[in-house]
Amino acid sequence: MLIFTLKRLLSLGLSLIAASVAIFFVVEIIPGDPARLMLGINATQDAVDALRTQMGLDQGLLSRYWLWVSGLLQGDFGISYTYRVPVAEMVQGRVWVSLPLALYALLLSTAIAFPIGIIAAAKRGSWADWLVMGGTQLGVAIPNFWFAMIMVSILALKYHLFSAGGFPGWDEPLAALKALTLPAVVLALPQASILARVMRSSLLDTLSEDFMRTARAKGRTARGAMVHHALRNAMIPVLTIIGLQFSFLLAGAIIIEKIFFLPGLGSMIFTAITQRDLIVVESVVMLLVFAVILVTFLVDITYAMVDPRLRRRA
Amino acid sequence: MKRAFKMPGFTIGFILAFTFAAAALISFIWSPFGTDGVDIVNKLHTPDATNWFGTDHLGRDIFSMIMVGARTSIAVAIVAVGIGVLLGVPLGLAAAARKGSLLDEVIMRGNDLIFAFPALLIAILITAVFGPSAINAIIAIGIFNIPVFARLSRGGALSLWTRDFVLAARVSGKSRVRISFEHILPNITNLLIVQGTIQFSLGILAEAALSYIGLGAQPPIPSWGRMLADSQTMVSFAPHLALFPGLAIVLTVLGLNLMGDALRDLFDPKLRRDRQ
Repeated sequence: MLIFTLKRLLSLGLSLIAASVAIFFVVEIIPGDPARLMLGINATQDAVDALRTQMGLDQGLLSRYWLWVSGLLQGDFGISYTYRVPVAEMVQGRVWVSLPLALYALLLSTAIAFPIGIIAAAKRGSWADWLVMGGTQLGVAIPNFWFAMIMVSILALKYHLFSAGGFPGWDEPLAALKALTLPAVVLALPQASILARVMRSSLLDTLSEDFMRTARAKGRTARGAMVHHALRNAMIPVLTIIGLQFSFLLAGAIIIEKIFFLPGLGSMIFTAITQRDLIVVESVVMLLVFAVILVTFLVDITYAMVDPRLRRRA
Repeated sequence: MKRAFKMPGFTIGFILAFTFAAAALISFIWSPFGTDGVDIVNKLHTPDATNWFGTDHLGRDIFSMIMVGARTSIAVAIVAVGIGVLLGVPLGLAAAARKGSLLDEVIMRGNDLIFAFPALLIAILITAVFGPSAINAIIAIGIFNIPVFARLSRGGALSLWTRDFVLAARVSGKSRVRISFEHILPNITNLLIVQGTIQFSLGILAEAALSYIGLGAQPPIPSWGRMLADSQTMVSFAPHLALFPGLAIVLTVLGLNLMGDALRDLFDPKLRRDRQ
């Protein structure tokens, strides 16, 4: 287990280094001089040069990469070119929108997917199964931004049940939760559909295992065998998908945050790209990729703890 | 093929996908109206006998726009899947042919790395760096197809390398490269077709999303995603503007997914046994 963990840690470190190099160089080729952009077109060349020196832009690529990465490691994300505040501060304000939104959506997704996936598997071939399979097929096919438009125009504009966008802040927890509800539902729909299908097929695989027959033979009821034997064994692929979905929800909410005018990380990156605020783009993308890689790592380690066979395979 | 059409899912999916593919092709020679002319007098008409799906805020016929928009969606998705197959499959086959080697390790870790990047985020980054256009959208979507096909073909190839017919080919002196292309590749085509169909539908969704936020195909090229973006401020008084392009996306994606699922069932003997 120790060797497995060490190996995984090593690969985690390598992934992070490779990711940081990739992000740094992609962002570096974005055209435009940030110093010129900050000072405006009327600034003298001297002033621009001075600012470039101050920002470290006159140094070579490698030393700038090193400055950025060593800063990141110390929690220093640099200073936004546009707003002149530390990026870390900007992130702090926004993470408390994106993270709760992702968790809320994940919660909804699992809450919807588990029961309908289990019902579909337990009543295989029944009308309920057909309904779940058809519904999830539709859920995957609906673009979530279109779904968002429909929800807003019906629930917000027509019946005024929700606001069409914006975020009141966590000082009013209930209002904040309400503001996140529509975005979370929209984000959760395709994820719930995928998860329900995985749940169903994984459960169907387990139900045909020999130990299920044994469980029934020794007198377990169908429901008891399902709860105590099948569900637990069907969870591995389901957990993988949940892990992937969390990263996806955290990072993939850009469009949804934009539609609902939510001040989250996604909309922050989007604005930063249009403003050529490179340091914000670099640092936030790196942060999100770090989150994704970390979640994958944790999921891997959890499996290995649960299932010794996986340790050898790695 | 005959067996495929016996499955209701495949038939429904095929009809849906075929309809949109046909609409895209027909639009090259005919559509009810042109899509680049502005006809303000006839703006925001609701659907009627002349304009089957109504007209938009510039008076353009929505039915015609959807026909022409299908071209953009399909072209972007086809090329993006093509990039994934042409680069991903050889990489996957190479990794499998030299299993456990440094090459294998590098290819697989590279795949993991691409998977770690939130796809949409990087697509936005790429289009932001190189400017929004259909071509850049294709590249951005295509990059994320590479690891999908690499992983799939490596997995499929690994199980084939232990088979007797591959051993026979090796004994007869064929190189690993030749074996990969002559014996392994034909045997994983089914897997690739199924995955290709799924990635195709994901490509259509991704193109719609990128166009929706203004980073995909640029005006005046009609695109379903941008039609939805244009309609956003007018949804409350002209819902048909948002309805039809959205339905076009949903039905195309649904059709492709139904086909993909049916083909997977058809190709996978284990599932087939289950069904009987």
